[in-house]
Amino acid sequence: MIKKDSKDEPIISLKNVSKYFHGNKIIDNVSFDILHGETFVIMGCSGSGKSTLLRLMTGILKPEEGSIFVKGKDISKIRGEELDEVRKTFGMLFQYSALLDSLTVEDNVSLPLKEHTRLAQEIIDIIIKMKLSLVGLRGYEKHYPSQISGGMRKRVGLARAIALDPNIVFYDEPTSGLDPVVGGVIDKLIKELSEKLLITSVVITHDMQSVFNIADRVAMVHKGRIIDVTTPDELRSSQNPYIQQFINGRPLGPIDFFKEDIGIGEIFGL
Amino acid sequence: MITILGKTIINFIKNISGVIKLLVDILYWLIIGPFKGKAAQRQGIFNQMIFTGLRSMPIVFFVTIFTGVVLAMQSAYQLQKMGAVLYVASLVAVSLCRELGPVLTALVVAGRVGSAFAAELGTMKVSEQIEALETMAINPVRFLAVPRFIALFFMLPCLTILGNLSGMVGGYLVGVYSLNINPDLYIQTTFKYLEIKDIYTGITKSFVFAVIIALIGCFEGLNTKGGAEGVGRATTRSVVISFILIILADCIITSIFYFSKL
Repeated sequence: MIKKDSKDEPIISLKNVSKYFHGNKIIDNVSFDILHGETFVIMGCSGSGKSTLLRLMTGILKPEEGSIFVKGKDISKIRGEELDEVRKTFGMLFQYSALLDSLTVEDNVSLPLKEHTRLAQEIIDIIIKMKLSLVGLRGYEKHYPSQISGGMRKRVGLARAIALDPNIVFYDEPTSGLDPVVGGVIDKLIKELSEKLLITSVVITHDMQSVFNIADRVAMVHKGRIIDVTTPDELRSSQNPYIQQFINGRPLGPIDFFKEDIGIGEIFGL
Repeated sequence: MITILGKTIINFIKNISGVIKLLVDILYWLIIGPFKGKAAQRQGIFNQMIFTGLRSMPIVFFVTIFTGVVLAMQSAYQLQKMGAVLYVASLVAVSLCRELGPVLTALVVAGRVGSAFAAELGTMKVSEQIEALETMAINPVRFLAVPRFIALFFMLPCLTILGNLSGMVGGYLVGVYSLNINPDLYIQTTFKYLEIKDIYTGITKSFVFAVIIALIGCFEGLNTKGGAEGVGRATTRSVVISFILIILADCIITSIFYFSKL
């Protein structure tokens, strides 16, 4: 299979990336490779820096140290049109869909096509129909985002993300805030897209079910560091205490939320 | 104390440089964009023109017509003492066209349209819509700010002309029905002392005000931080800052016209 052959070569590559916010190191010397055609899941607690990692890969944020290669281009160094050229080859599904409220479903999906291609309206219409039927939303073309449910908005966001037939799709918590069934539908879509269209998927999530459903490889992030990069099967049997705590959802363990709070002893200077 | 002062000054300079950068960006996409095949969407411009222009007509009309009425009554009160009531007509016309028409229209539009720009773009910013545009390689300034800028730049002068006219109608109503001036004479006196330069100085002002309102509204919107509260803050700030800048700009432009004898 083509997919297997090209898998060895990284499509996204982070090298010693660090990012600071107000003097705090949010991303701490992170390096990993994402290979062609794989579904790479980045998991971690809220505030672990996984969303920041995603924004670094899409060029929204720039790292203070290190470099990020997307398809061979260091997107931490390029700006303007050069960056836009790279961005046209990837799509992104946002946590809250981020559809434009003022546009209909149809216009939202066709926006990247109208902006970046010179296709005739008839062809754009056909592409929209195709993309919407891929996500199972034919018949909702004329609805506004406020008139459809959260799960449907996510699917419209997905249709928009794949409108330009990207090679890479980034997913920011695709199943959060959805019921398990719709979450399962989204997982299935992600898997189908990466298999049918040979898309490289980068998924940020803390939903363990979807990790086991879709991932080819998993990276665990904690406090801006990569704890481990592994496969879902190895994840279950991993001896790493961070991973064990995370996948089992235990309140106590090495990932300790309570420790970071000021204890009552410290207030009284004990 | 000094740190607070220092922070305020740094913020102030940051904001000014941000607004200037936005203006440069808008002009870039306005002038150079079309040559790169990246002109602002016509549909977007027309939609904004309808919102900023057409939908602002009622409020501009009511505000200026009542101002015209008040202006006529107020000046009649003083002119009666000198037996020069007839000159109410020209006083109303000149002060509306040179000063009150452009300024009042701009203030009303800043309250209605500038705040809407800030609120709409601010909501888009906090709900990741702006980031989504950037990720789709669509420049938010070109896609959102330029259509609003163009629409307001052309619609505010039009609204100002409407404001001037409706203000004069207000004055006419008082002059004819309360001061019992002959209607023909009132209209004649209106245009006798109203020169073309009075009108174009007013219109010049309204172009400047349009730039101020669109820039501040878009700047505050695109730089919104922190959820619903941030959107509220951006909206308020856009109105307050536009109001101050409109009055300041009016003062500067009026003195330029005054001292250069225009």
